Amino acid sequence: MKVKLKVKRAGPDGPSGYSSYEIDAAESVTLLDALIQVREYEDGTLALRCSCRSAICGSCSMRVDGRARLACRAKVIAITGGDENHELTVEPMGNMPVIKDLINDMELFWQKMRSVDPYLKPEGVEPEGEYRVPNETMLDLTHAMNCIMCGACVSDCTVLEVDKNFTAPAALAKAYRVVADPRDGHSHERLQKLSEYSGIWDCTRCNMCVEVCPKGVAPMNRILQLREMAIEEGIGGNSGVRHTNIFTKSITDGGRLNEIWMVPGSVGMFNVPRLMKEMPGALKMLRAGKLPFEQLIPPGAPGSAKMKGMDRVRNVIRKSASLKAPKPVVEE
Amino acid sequence: MAVYEHDVLVIGAGLAGMRAAIQAQQMGADVAMISKVHPVRSHSNAAQGGINGPGVGEDGGPWEEHAFETTKASDYLGDQDAITVLAQEGGREVLQTEHWGVVYSRKPDGSMAVRAFGGMKKARTFFVGAITGQAILHVLYEQLMKPSIYKAMRNYEEWFVTSLIVDEGQCRGAVAMNIRTGELHAITAKATIICTGGLGRVYEPSTNALICTGDGIAQAYRAGAALMDMEMIQIHPTTLKGTGVLITEGARGEGAYLLNKDGERFMSKYAPSMMELASRDVVSRAEQTEIDEGRGVDGCVFLDLRHLGEKVIKERLEEIWEIARDLVNIDLTKELLPTLPGVHYSMGGVKTDTWGATAMPGLYSAGEAACVSVHGANRVGANSLLDTLVFGRRAAEHAVPWLRNQKVRPVPESVIDADRKMIQDVLNRPKNGDRVAKIRHDMGVSMSANVGLFRSPERLEKQVGILKELRARYDAVGVEDKGKVFNTDLLFHIELGYMLDCADTIVRSAIERKESRGAHTRLDYPNRDDENWLKHIVLTKQADGSEKMTYTPVTITQWQPQERKY
Repeated sequence: MKVKLKVKRAGPDGPSGYSSYEIDAAESVTLLDALIQVREYEDGTLALRCSCRSAICGSCSMRVDGRARLACRAKVIAITGGDENHELTVEPMGNMPVIKDLINDMELFWQKMRSVDPYLKPEGVEPEGEYRVPNETMLDLTHAMNCIMCGACVSDCTVLEVDKNFTAPAALAKAYRVVADPRDGHSHERLQKLSEYSGIWDCTRCNMCVEVCPKGVAPMNRILQLREMAIEEGIGGNSGVRHTNIFTKSITDGGRLNEIWMVPGSVGMFNVPRLMKEMPGALKMLRAGKLPFEQLIPPGAPGSAKMKGMDRVRNVIRKSASLKAPKPVVEE
Repeated sequence: MAVYEHDVLVIGAGLAGMRAAIQAQQMGADVAMISKVHPVRSHSNAAQGGINGPGVGEDGGPWEEHAFETTKASDYLGDQDAITVLAQEGGREVLQTEHWGVVYSRKPDGSMAVRAFGGMKKARTFFVGAITGQAILHVLYEQLMKPSIYKAMRNYEEWFVTSLIVDEGQCRGAVAMNIRTGELHAITAKATIICTGGLGRVYEPSTNALICTGDGIAQAYRAGAALMDMEMIQIHPTTLKGTGVLITEGARGEGAYLLNKDGERFMSKYAPSMMELASRDVVSRAEQTEIDEGRGVDGCVFLDLRHLGEKVIKERLEEIWEIARDLVNIDLTKELLPTLPGVHYSMGGVKTDTWGATAMPGLYSAGEAACVSVHGANRVGANSLLDTLVFGRRAAEHAVPWLRNQKVRPVPESVIDADRKMIQDVLNRPKNGDRVAKIRHDMGVSMSANVGLFRSPERLEKQVGILKELRARYDAVGVEDKGKVFNTDLLFHIELGYMLDCADTIVRSAIERKESRGAHTRLDYPNRDDENWLKHIVLTKQADGSEKMTYTPVTITQWQPQERKY
């Protein structure tokens, strides 16, 4: 099978722009196999990181046709659909500076990782033997520990693209690993810190990290779990929690999203500067009829608007509350 | 160039290296760690199945049992004083990693669960699904991210060691290249601990990661330290065809069968009592015999997991279920997996005492790079992780008090001259049509063919000639990349030099050992010969470049050699 590659080049003392390569390879070839073949037999100046070839060392994340992938897990045929004329565009990861060709500077990634204190902080006397903990918890944490720190989720995180301060998916998934570990003694204060600016409430739930993660870690789902834990711990006082609360209140009370009270409920009643900022949007919504008069009474207050068939809505809510989040499906 | 000064320089940042670095740091030393890849990229990741934990609760079993089975598996070439240390102190290390946060699988009462592993009569191996090595490696790195350690320890990340600094017979650090700038620097240290892992890439195929090129072993050898048991190369029974990717022994530990083309559990002929869980050398030879005698399919036998059921496969062996799905498109819950023996581990390495110290003052080694020797002629499964932790810690424990009486000796800038010249020579070489990758490939394939599972004097001698030719090609081949920043082309060239040194010592030792013991099977000497060969082969490079071969007796404390049956 022919494999066509167009590889982005960069670096202070090598080629720049794109280099095109065409090689012959077996149908089972992975993108990494193809790149190694190029590097070893076509162009020794091409630089990339790789080591284990079996998705455990996390070295070879890069963008293929615009999406972050682990090269050793990416079957060429699965991307091209067998079309030998499909030229794969291979670029370094996004959101992080490039050192040379497909090699990113990962310092930003590790800085964020360190910022969540990613190590166990046990309290009390260390047991003589092992800590006694449920197997289910350990299995759940094993899925989080499955993260190989490849950076794919950070590369394609859409929030990080606009806000470099965002802690980003990998470090937050790691934060889950320590917060949810029953052996850790500082879950509450960890959750408090994670609830601050740049933390768990800054994720927009775009799902990109879940899609690009090669190991099924599903960082966004970990972020959502952390949010639930923060709410359970009564950690509020930020717009994320208030937004969740007013949203839930609005739906459970009236069955509809009460747009009039969403913004003040989220940013705070007396947050005048922020409310003023939302005014143009609110006016547009008003003109479009999205702020109906009957919703002037806040959700939960006597006389608030209820939609027809509220018992059925309540049933749906009850049912969905008892469901667990499904395990993410890893794209092959 | 710059000259950096430290108390301790740890070369390599896998489990042995990180364990040594943490210990030295906790003991108050100024520690630096240097690694050609980021620590979490290290090959310790690849240990899937588990870690033995002698003495941990009831399930870990008494240390004596573990020590005996390790000795037996080593075919009595392991040094029993070292094995005793491993067995007595191993449990403490496993618990330490649990306290640091490793998410070991549990039993219903919340205590750590065990699984069976090869060469062990009783299940005593602790595990984290099929990612035990990764889980422990990442937890050690978590410890390194603690501000108290992170701020105190210098981490030369993505630096590449080109040679050790030896002055008046003492090791004083290393010359290394910052891969990002291409500049050479001297990193001096009172104690240097080599934890660079194995040399599996000397063979092709191999379960080893591309970084396992025997760097530290070759550097120590070039510096004058002794290498021991180099002929002992472990061939793992279950690897994937073509890629050599490892399928954990944990699969057989959980009850998977090995079948030949007739669907027969052929291990009943070779190891009637332990069956698939006999020692690795025994199982690999059995598989190869089946294949050679025409009872394989396409050069493979089959690993059968189907009867284990989906729950066990996906909960306890998820990683290999994914590997089979992704790499060979096989569903282990429904299909047989073709598998064959593949090069996996080097029992030999830099000769050390039970404190990780070499005969050269200031030079230590631990983990797969070292040879204590706890593995002897064949390593038992789930002992490699244990080895890294116990002897990584012990090397630091010995080095730190020792170095307190040592003075820093200034190193002249000229210490990097030889390496700078070597690199410049390589960069200056014109194209000659040959390639580093071609030479490496030829080395790997010929090593597998001639110094693999079954060894004959003809093939071994043939390999001596092949290695000579490869060396001549190596001395003439250049690189394409002439740049400074991340010149991986150049690094692969230097690594190939390390691998050729390792290959030489492997073949040299394999020719010398005229018996069959553990992983070393000689067709012309099919039996173990305790009378003449219950001893280690030790190789040292002399000042004039020639090698000196000596022997050192095996330390026997309580288990006299007996016939090995499984």
